[in-house]
Amino acid sequence: MRNVWIIARREFRHYFVSPLAYAVLTMVFLILGGIFFINIYVGMQMGGISPDGRIVIQPLVTILLFATPALTMRLLADEQRMGTMELLLTAPVRDWELVVGKWLGSFFFMLLILATTWIYPFILDLMTDPGIDQGMLVSAYVGLTFMVASMLAMGVLISSLFKNQVPAFFATLGLLLFLWILGGFAGSGGNPVTRYLSFLGHFYDNLFRGVLHLTDLIYYLSLTILALFLGTQAVEARRWR
Amino acid sequence: MIQVESLTKLYGSHVAIQDVSFKAKKGEILGLLGPNGAGKTTTMRILTAYMPPTEGSASIAGFDVVAQSLDVRRRVGYMPETVPLYPEMSVVEYLAYMGALRRVEDIDERIETVVEEVGLVERSQSFIGNLSKGLRQRVGLAQALLHEPDVLILDEPTIGLDPAQIIEVRKLIQELGRKRTVVLSTHILPEAQQVCDRVLILNKGRIVAKGTPADLQKQLEGVDRFVVQAGCKSSKLLKLFKDIPGVSEVQKGLQEGMIEVSSEGGQDLRPLFARRVVEAGIDLLEIRSTGLDLEKIFVKLTKDDIQTGEEQ
Ligand SMILES: Nc1ncnc2c1ncn2[C@@H]1O[C@H](COP(=O)(O)OP(=O)(O)OP(=O)(O)O)[C@@H](O)[C@H]1O
Ligand SMILES: [Mg+2]
Repeated sequence: MRNVWIIARREFRHYFVSPLAYAVLTMVFLILGGIFFINIYVGMQMGGISPDGRIVIQPLVTILLFATPALTMRLLADEQRMGTMELLLTAPVRDWELVVGKWLGSFFFMLLILATTWIYPFILDLMTDPGIDQGMLVSAYVGLTFMVASMLAMGVLISSLFKNQVPAFFATLGLLLFLWILGGFAGSGGNPVTRYLSFLGHFYDNLFRGVLHLTDLIYYLSLTILALFLGTQAVEARRWR
Repeated sequence: MIQVESLTKLYGSHVAIQDVSFKAKKGEILGLLGPNGAGKTTTMRILTAYMPPTEGSASIAGFDVVAQSLDVRRRVGYMPETVPLYPEMSVVEYLAYMGALRRVEDIDERIETVVEEVGLVERSQSFIGNLSKGLRQRVGLAQALLHEPDVLILDEPTIGLDPAQIIEVRKLIQELGRKRTVVLSTHILPEAQQVCDRVLILNKGRIVAKGTPADLQKQLEGVDRFVVQAGCKSSKLLKLFKDIPGVSEVQKGLQEGMIEVSSEGGQDLRPLFARRVVEAGIDLLEIRSTGLDLEKIFVKLTKDDIQTGEEQ
C-alpha cells in the first residue's frame, strides 16, 4: 500500500516538470475563463446574470475529454518505452500497486485542475445576489470528480497496452468518445439497462442536477476499479509474453 | 544462494534458452559469457523475477522466482542491459525513489555511500538526462547496490565504458563479490576470465561449457588467429599456408596480400609462418596474432561438445 503512495507522489510531481501538464492546466483555465466571461457579458446585456454556478461545468466536461488522455498517455507507456518498467517489475512492488499508484498520481493532479476551476463559480457568487446555489455546485463537482476518476483509470488501462504515448492518447480519446456517443443514444431511451450503462447519463441526469445518489457514484467507482483491474492484468500479461 | 534448474524460455515458438542449469554460492562471482542472442539477458530476467520461465525453476536464497517473487525481488539488485533511468530526475532523486520502493532505511546515508562507491559524488545533483553513458551506467549500478542485496545481477556492466572506467567497475564488482553473490554477463572473454570465479558459456540458448577461468583456459588453448601480410597476391599466400601442419583454416584478409590464419594445437606457429614466406622468396611484411576469437571458440566448443567443470 505504501508503494501506491510512493508511486503516486512521484507521478504527481512529474506533472510539474512536464510542459504538457502546464499546457493542460493553462488551457483549462483560459478556455473556461473565456466561456465564463462571455456568459457573464451576455447575461449583463440581457439584463441579469443567471446565478448558476455550473456554467463552467459543461464546457469543463468537454475539455476533460481531451485533458484526460493527455494526462494519462505517458503513465505506463513511457515506462515501457524507456525500459524503466523492467526496474519497477523487478522491485518489490506488486503489479496492482504500480497501476493504482500511477492512477492516483494523475487523479491528484486532476483534483488540482478541478480546484482551480472553482474560481469561476466563486466570482459568480460575488457578482450575484443572493449568490449561487452551493448545493447544486457541490453535487456537480462531486459527480465530476468521480466521473473523471473513472476516465483516468481508463486512460491508465490504455496506457498499459502501448509502448508510445501518442497511440495511447488517441486510443484513450477514442474510448472516451465512444462512451460519450453511446451515452447520447442510451440517455434518451427508456431502457433501464442502457440507461444504467450510460456514461454521461449518471452525471447529467442526476449529479449535475443536484441529485447526489450513491448509485451514480458507485457506477463510476466500479468503472474505475474495473479499469484498474484490467490494467493490472495487462501489466502482468507483459511478463508472460 | 542461486539455484537454477533446467530453465527453458520460449518467446512464441522461438527458443531463447534451453535446459539451463547452474548454481552459485555466496561470495561467488559467476559470469555468463556468450555472443549476441545467446540468452544471457533472458536468463537474468528470469532470475530477477521479471518474467517467468516456460519450463524449469529457479530460486534465490531458497525463494522461488515465480511463487515467491516478492521475496526474490527484495533480495536482488539488478542492473538491466539498457540501464533504464528517468532522464528528468536528478541522480539523488532517482536513488531516493528507488530506495523508497525498496524500503531502504537511512536512505540519505545509503545514497551517500553508494554514490561514493560508484564515483558519482560530483554529479549527484545532475539530471540523469545530462549524464554521459558511462555515468548513467554508474547510476544503474548505484541503484542495484542501494538496498544492500544478497544477490547482484548485472547485465553487461562494463559495456560502453572507457578503459579506465572498465577497470574501476571490474574492481568494484570484485569487491562486491566478496560478500555477495554476483551474476554478470559479458561477451568479453578476458573480462569473464579476470573478474569471475566461475564462468558459464552460453551459445544459442544452451550452456556449452562451464568451469573456472583456469579450466576454460585449458579448453580454449590452441585456438589462435593470425594476420599475415606479405608482398604478393593473397591467393599465393593461401596456397602456401594451406598445408602447414597445425593450421586449421586460412582465408583472405581485408586487403590484397593479407590472409587470416587460424591454428589449433597450442604452439606458437609464427616462426614457422615467417620461414615459409621467406623461403618462397616473398617479402614478409607482418605477422600479427589477433588472439582468441569468441566466435571461433563457440564453434570449437559446440563442435567438440566439451563439458568440463564439475556440477557443484
Ligand atoms: N522480448 C523478446 N521477444 C522475442 N524474442 C526475444 C525477446 N527477447 C529476446 N529474444 C530472443 O531470444 C534470444 C536470446 O536473447 P537474449 O536477449 O537473452 O540474448 P543475450 O545473450 O542477452 O544477447 P545480447 O548479447 O545481444 O544482449 C535471441 O534470439 C533474441 O532474439
Ligand atoms: Mg543481453
